Amino acid sequence: MNDITHLIQLLTVLLLAVFVGFEVISKVPTTLHTPLMSATNAIHGIVFIGAILVVGTLFVGPTSPLLAIISVAALTLGAINVFGGFAVTERMLQMFKKKEGPRL
Amino acid sequence: MSVALSLVNLVAVALFIYGLHQLNSPPTARAGNRLAMVGMAIALVSTLLQTQGIGWWAILVGVILGGTIGIVAALRVKMTAMPQMVALYNGAGGGAAALISTLEFFVLASGNGENAVVSVSLVLSAIIGCLSFAGSIIAFLKLQELMTGRPITYPGQQVVNAVILLAILGLAGWFIATLGTMPVLAFLGLLLCSLLLGILFVLPIGGADMPVVISLLNSFTGLAVAVTGFEINSPLLIICGALVGASGTLLTVMMGKAMNRPLTNVLFGAFGSGGGSEPAAGSGGPQQIRSASADDVAIMLAYASKVIFVPGYGMAVAQAQHSVKALGDQLEKRGVKVLYAIHPVAGRMPGHMNVLLAESNVPYEQLLDMDDANPEFPTTDVALVIGANDVTNPAARNVKSSPIYGMPILDVDKATNVIVLKRSMRSGFAGIDNPLYEMPNTSMLFGDAKASVDALTAAVKAL
Repeated sequence: MNDITHLIQLLTVLLLAVFVGFEVISKVPTTLHTPLMSATNAIHGIVFIGAILVVGTLFVGPTSPLLAIISVAALTLGAINVFGGFAVTERMLQMFKKKEGPRL
Repeated sequence: MSVALSLVNLVAVALFIYGLHQLNSPPTARAGNRLAMVGMAIALVSTLLQTQGIGWWAILVGVILGGTIGIVAALRVKMTAMPQMVALYNGAGGGAAALISTLEFFVLASGNGENAVVSVSLVLSAIIGCLSFAGSIIAFLKLQELMTGRPITYPGQQVVNAVILLAILGLAGWFIATLGTMPVLAFLGLLLCSLLLGILFVLPIGGADMPVVISLLNSFTGLAVAVTGFEINSPLLIICGALVGASGTLLTVMMGKAMNRPLTNVLFGAFGSGGGSEPAAGSGGPQQIRSASADDVAIMLAYASKVIFVPGYGMAVAQAQHSVKALGDQLEKRGVKVLYAIHPVAGRMPGHMNVLLAESNVPYEQLLDMDDANPEFPTTDVALVIGANDVTNPAARNVKSSPIYGMPILDVDKATNVIVLKRSMRSGFAGIDNPLYEMPNTSMLFGDAKASVDALTAAVKAL
């Protein structure tokens, strides 16, 4: 069945992404764990794109005010993640400096 | 979706993964964050092209509102308040996933769809999203000290949680059996129960366990996003959610290991609520404790060859990171080697101390994690403990009856001299006596961490 094949494809993608995630994240040093968390906050901001996709199918015809409010709320929360997550990560990372000069 | 747009999304995914990979060292980390930003921008444009801008006004409102809130908060937040900030961002992601599921529920309820995959993923993303949202709000309130950081417990807590969980499972079963066409009220009930469970499961967890909770909520949010990807058939969401979920899970496991406690114990143990714990062996009351003056300690520090600072949450509370750096500078001027030893669970989130010290311009090469720091202590003249307690407690090594027995600690007691900066003799978060304070090589310097460090700096300068 086509549906099942498609589901299995998506599950494969999920599984591989999980493995890649563990592999990549396990190399992040403890010093950067806080920026890592805020960076992942930005990356799960991808729900913002999810919300745009849903709005794209939902708003084709006339929409009820309730659904419009829920949509705006979802988009706002997603946007907070994307913009805030990247901005705060950038702010933190620029503070991590090497020791300057030839001091001991 | 056209082939071109799918390819563009593939590029975005590659940028996310490579960006995260770049976080593996401080010099490349900023480039990594920027790559991830580019990935997000690409994905955003391709998605807007795909939906042809339908609902543009809602998207615009979302960007203006969310963008403003996010960026203003990101620029204003104090580094000491980073844990609360990340908690809120976790909650925002979970909330967004739950709201998307609610929208999709109304689509299903109007009779479109009827797909098993969609209904299973929809109900899962609604539940996990609500858990993460409500749990993060409580974590935020605790961290911001808008409510007590102590565990909140009541009799029958576990039973209440179990009943709510059963209700959620029952409603979820009903939802899936009817392919998402259950009454609106029942779906609302499902959302409310999930929110309630999110609140109740964080309430009994104390402040010192927050590093675990934040990591766990981070992984929940990732999971909610990944499941949302199945719901709306978007590999992009599945991959990003999986990356975040993996990251959160890995950090949760690391934090648990650093406390030598299984996750179940953190979640259900209500650590730190117990009244008096057994006094540690050899405890003879406070008469054995020596207190030192800032001048004594300054002399000790100034004539040392190696000093290790051990910062803890107390440093964050007193906002003492800049003072600590100033003291370090004074000592380095005199040729003293200065290092910082950071326990994985020092502070309220993974890496909290590192960010604070980075903020006050301490080069990251001077920050040692536990495994690198412990071999240094036996050759250290002075270990200066600034607002850390349980992570330096030698009882974890040798007192079998201690609640923290087996937890890996920083071996500050192996240094020639140990100076503990402490507000008072109150026990640490875990409510356990710290035999370190009674050891012959330990002296206490009582007072606010910032004031004490400033006094030390002044005294060293005057020498």
